Amino acid sequence: MILAFQEALQTTGAELGAHGGFRPTLLGLIVLLPLLGFVVNGAAAVVAAIRSRPAPRSLAGHEHPSEEAGHAEGDEAHPADIAEHEEHEEHGHAHGPKPWTHVLPSFVAPGVLFLAFIIAVVNLFGMLHAHLVAPVVQTYWSWLPVGDFQIPAALMLDQLSMVMVLIITGVGSLIHLYSVGYMKDDPGYPRYMACLNLFVFFMLVLVLGASYPLMFVGWEGVGLCSYLLIGFWFSDKANADAGYKAFIVNRVGDVGFLVAMFMLFANLGTLTFPGVFDAARTALPYGGAVVTAATLFLFLGATGKSAQIPLYIWLPDAMAGPTPVSALIHAATMVTAGVYMIVRSSALFAMAPVSSLVVALVGTLTALFAATIGTKQWDIKKVLAYSTVSQLGFMVAAVGMGAYVAGIFHLMTHAFFKACLFLCAGAVIHAMHEALHATHSDADAQDMRNMGGLRRFLPITFVTMGISTLAISGIPPFAGFFSKDEIIGAAWTGMEGASPLSAASLWGVSGATWMAIFGVLLSIAAFLTAFYMGRLMVYTFFGPNRTGEVERRHLHEVGWTMTVPLVVLAALATVGGLLNVEGEVPVVRWFDFGQGAALERWLHPVLAGAEDVYAAHTVAAEPVHAAWPILLAIAIGVAGLLAAWFALRPARLRAAGEEPDYTNDLGRLLYHKWYIDEIYGALVVRPVRVLANAFYSVVDRGTIDGIVDDVFGYGSVVVGLVTGRIQSGQLNTYAFMIVLGVLAVLGAFLVY
Amino acid sequence: MSFYQSHWVLTFLIFAPLVGAAFCLLVSVERAKWVALVTGLVEFVVAAPIFYYFQTASGNCSVTSPFGQTHPLPLFHNCVAAPWIPGWGIYYRLGLDGISLFMVLLTAFLLPLTVLGSWTYIQSRQKSYYAMLLALTTGVIGVFVSLDMFLFYIFWEMMLIPMYFLIGVWGGKERIYAAVKFFIYTTAGSLLMLVGILYLHLRYQVAYPGAGPTFSYFDLLHTPLSPTEQWFLFAAFAIAFCIKVPVFPFHTWLPAAHTQAPTAGSVVLAGVLLKMGTYGLLRFALPLFPLAAVDHRTVMLFMVLGLIGIIYTAMVAAVQPNSKRLVAYTSVAHLGFAILGIFAFNLQGIQGALILMIAHGVSTPMLFFLLGMLYERRHTYELEDFGGLAASIPIFAVMLVFAAFASIGLPGTSGFVSEFLVLIGTFRVHPWVALIGATGVIFAAYYMLPMVQKVIFNALKKPANRGIPDLNAREIAVLVPLVVVILWIGVFPQPFLQRMEPAVNHLVEQLQTAKSATASVALSAPASAPSHR
Repeated sequence: MILAFQEALQTTGAELGAHGGFRPTLLGLIVLLPLLGFVVNGAAAVVAAIRSRPAPRSLAGHEHPSEEAGHAEGDEAHPADIAEHEEHEEHGHAHGPKPWTHVLPSFVAPGVLFLAFIIAVVNLFGMLHAHLVAPVVQTYWSWLPVGDFQIPAALMLDQLSMVMVLIITGVGSLIHLYSVGYMKDDPGYPRYMACLNLFVFFMLVLVLGASYPLMFVGWEGVGLCSYLLIGFWFSDKANADAGYKAFIVNRVGDVGFLVAMFMLFANLGTLTFPGVFDAARTALPYGGAVVTAATLFLFLGATGKSAQIPLYIWLPDAMAGPTPVSALIHAATMVTAGVYMIVRSSALFAMAPVSSLVVALVGTLTALFAATIGTKQWDIKKVLAYSTVSQLGFMVAAVGMGAYVAGIFHLMTHAFFKACLFLCAGAVIHAMHEALHATHSDADAQDMRNMGGLRRFLPITFVTMGISTLAISGIPPFAGFFSKDEIIGAAWTGMEGASPLSAASLWGVSGATWMAIFGVLLSIAAFLTAFYMGRLMVYTFFGPNRTGEVERRHLHEVGWTMTVPLVVLAALATVGGLLNVEGEVPVVRWFDFGQGAALERWLHPVLAGAEDVYAAHTVAAEPVHAAWPILLAIAIGVAGLLAAWFALRPARLRAAGEEPDYTNDLGRLLYHKWYIDEIYGALVVRPVRVLANAFYSVVDRGTIDGIVDDVFGYGSVVVGLVTGRIQSGQLNTYAFMIVLGVLAVLGAFLVY
Repeated sequence: MSFYQSHWVLTFLIFAPLVGAAFCLLVSVERAKWVALVTGLVEFVVAAPIFYYFQTASGNCSVTSPFGQTHPLPLFHNCVAAPWIPGWGIYYRLGLDGISLFMVLLTAFLLPLTVLGSWTYIQSRQKSYYAMLLALTTGVIGVFVSLDMFLFYIFWEMMLIPMYFLIGVWGGKERIYAAVKFFIYTTAGSLLMLVGILYLHLRYQVAYPGAGPTFSYFDLLHTPLSPTEQWFLFAAFAIAFCIKVPVFPFHTWLPAAHTQAPTAGSVVLAGVLLKMGTYGLLRFALPLFPLAAVDHRTVMLFMVLGLIGIIYTAMVAAVQPNSKRLVAYTSVAHLGFAILGIFAFNLQGIQGALILMIAHGVSTPMLFFLLGMLYERRHTYELEDFGGLAASIPIFAVMLVFAAFASIGLPGTSGFVSEFLVLIGTFRVHPWVALIGATGVIFAAYYMLPMVQKVIFNALKKPANRGIPDLNAREIAVLVPLVVVILWIGVFPQPFLQRMEPAVNHLVEQLQTAKSATASVALSAPASAPSHR
């Protein structure tokens, strides 16, 4: 096997193409480090799991059975994150020196991420220094060589993957660090860290893979980790169900991704990124059926991973996982994979204006739809979940409108402020849990109605969450303002005919008209965003505290491993917007991106293919830089926050027991998420189940086995009984048979 | 000629298990399993270097036709043609090519694992159990390396008997029903094939009266057949092989056999016995009767049956309350992909199907091993009896998650490589079929993940599930080799692909030639698809 490996390395060559004097430094190590972390933490996880196996019931006679079930590993249903480790704390498990299995991951898991981040930064400076234009592909071995189908195991580093790698390892490091504080007392802590490391490995494969199939490796791999982490507290069936739902809904999207790959290969003969984008330009006609279908199938994949209509339904359920998982996987990185994939395929989407408009339409509708649901949720994580769906809708709308830079820009700023929001929510839940636990209250620690006035008890969390709220609401100068403004601005300029898609049409409606619709709908979504975030802040941090007297004394700020990531992310959410601002930004200038908006210039080589297509096939007016869109965006953000403040009047808020879930029909509709889960259940889940049961009982058991067992099985018995009589043992019967046989043979000879 | 260049390695692999079986019967009860284990290990250790020695397209075989001409056979290795019953043209004719290579290796690889997996599972009649297990291997390897069609048929039938007893004696409650069903189903198909073989044999003699009788595969390939004859013979062979695969609607013996068979029986059944069907299609049904095989009606029939296998059986699997029965149905679903790949008639499709045969031959046995290990602890296969086992037997849980995701074809495992190649090959010729087939990946998750959840996740409620011991060293030793192969093929399949490519290429050329011969028949390939090899 080793020989074969060497053979393969020799035949494919270890390195293909060095560009502009730039050679990536230890590129493979960026990917391998998290994998190494997974192996180490995984070993620790297995050891820890073996050590914490529950005792057989017969040996546990001294304990009350129901109580015993409570503190065996992962043995009780926990609706919220940290109840688990508190059980243990109370029962003495967490005291005294921790076993090595719970110490090692605290260093290994964030350590490998931080190292990978350092390597990524080194490569960033290398790329800046070399003024890299073309992507660098490093080939390791030949992965799938079958005739004319050749997929090497290769990594591709370019400006886009660099941005993604920095987000994944950078934000990832912070969230790993936070996890040390958040999860260290959980009995499954090493397992958690192992899964988290494995997730980062697959996520890096996703963004660094040099071909669609390799991207798909990461694509499904992150799905696996998401499945394992959503169902991390697997003893609660609801959590395991949520993990299953996420995986299967994503697999629906994955079929789209697969079919898109098949189409591209059948028509272009290759699936490596440089190959596809080169071949597509000449082999596929602009706006043709193939490129339109292929991009739509790719987009189906994106709707799964990036939680767009109609496949967004898994993401809110995914909040069953630990909160740092929600921050890393279900806000900052994995769910943005669909956006990344569309930008990566921008050269294809640019050739398919119809697909692009569909993408933008779906993104816009998702942004609006999810935002409406977000306004009526009480669970703090559910609000953030629908907010994430909505913000992903903004990104998808952006890339659909051809505003690829805006999409990636928003992806980046969203990674900062949404990760921060989730981690803050985690801190709030953590504090609430401890407080409620003190009195063994069964109140829901995630229900915002039970919180209130927490700014006095969690000042750092309050400030950082406040900054992130301002960022997501689009208040200048925070990061979200710039990125969201760029997206809505793209719609407005498109409306005026300044977008390559303005002249395209979908269902007989011109692109410019669509852009106007997108602009209006996205503006409403932006208003709702500010509103539900304001509502979240009001319910959580303002007004009187709605926990009891005793609980209140147990409310306190979280430890440094958790506050440091909050502060860093809040800082990024404050200044991150400067990365793509026109003009001279002091610090950003040091990095020498060149003139104009930094991110736009940085990403320019990646999007050159799409721009070439636009230049060749479309005519767009020169964009007019007007002031009104910016003023409108600011007004919307401020109006949303103010509306929340004045509509709710913090002083009058009531706790969950007193405040009804909803007060009118619209409220009921939104509280029940437009009943989409119920509709899917009735239209898809149950019919499939019924059909499957019918297949089994009617077709398989009834018809096929009925024929086989009754007709053939029973029939052969009958035939056997009948023919058995022929073998009577009487010679004259046998002689008669022989004569018959001879006659038959002779007859056959005569005939032929 | 060294051992690995000559036929002796194949002869050894066929008869060593038989000798081991005889020893099993001779030694004491306690020693029987040790004899079986040693035989299995020897079998594997002898077989493994074939992988290294098998240099592609440089086989030193040749074949002498009944007319005295000698042709080189660059694709075949380790050939022999010793007269057995020369008067009837029956020879001891063996050979190995890129199509059979991995089936032989897989069989030898699984043998020691099945012995080790039966170590404590089998408590009664151990001597005859291990003798049967070893004799079964003789039949299976014989099937994969025989190039005399009479010899092939002998091995084909010979393997039935030990399997019949394995199910019927050491099986579960309904073992007799399952064993008889298995036997009758398979025999019915086999007899059809026997008629076909005899017809071919006679037809060759009629066509070439001076040549003398022959059962040689290489001779019979050149039997002149009218299209009608091809149709009937193809049907006879294809039905036999489809029952074995099994292809819908011939599949109902499989759930019964799997559910009742002891673990090792299920492992061999899923691991290699089913592959005899797809192997038979590739080795015999397609090359012998190419005109009937490439006819668009045949192709569409098999495509539809493959799709039914993928989707229908996956849905049926999803509603099974019995874990072993569930996994049995998944076999039908997986092999539906193999059928698609084979009848795509291109390099990606057929190589994908071959990889699938290996991939399924390691991932499904792993699932059966795990369920067997669970059965030894809990004496049940019913899903409702489990739950929350991740807390009580974590190593088992890790292995089950791995096996499940390998089975549903997560990228990085062998399952993905195979399904991806099959579908990409199929899409080039029948886009709609591939599109529908691709939805199989949803259904795979639909049946597999709820099973995983019901076994290892959810609350650990049942007292019986609490104190059970985790996997021991022997059990881990059974599983780890499977894990290694699954990851190897998933990450670096090239050594496998390059060894099978020349043989598959040759087959594809044969089929494409036949296809252009029937070019007058309208084919369903779209104009946009590029030319295929």
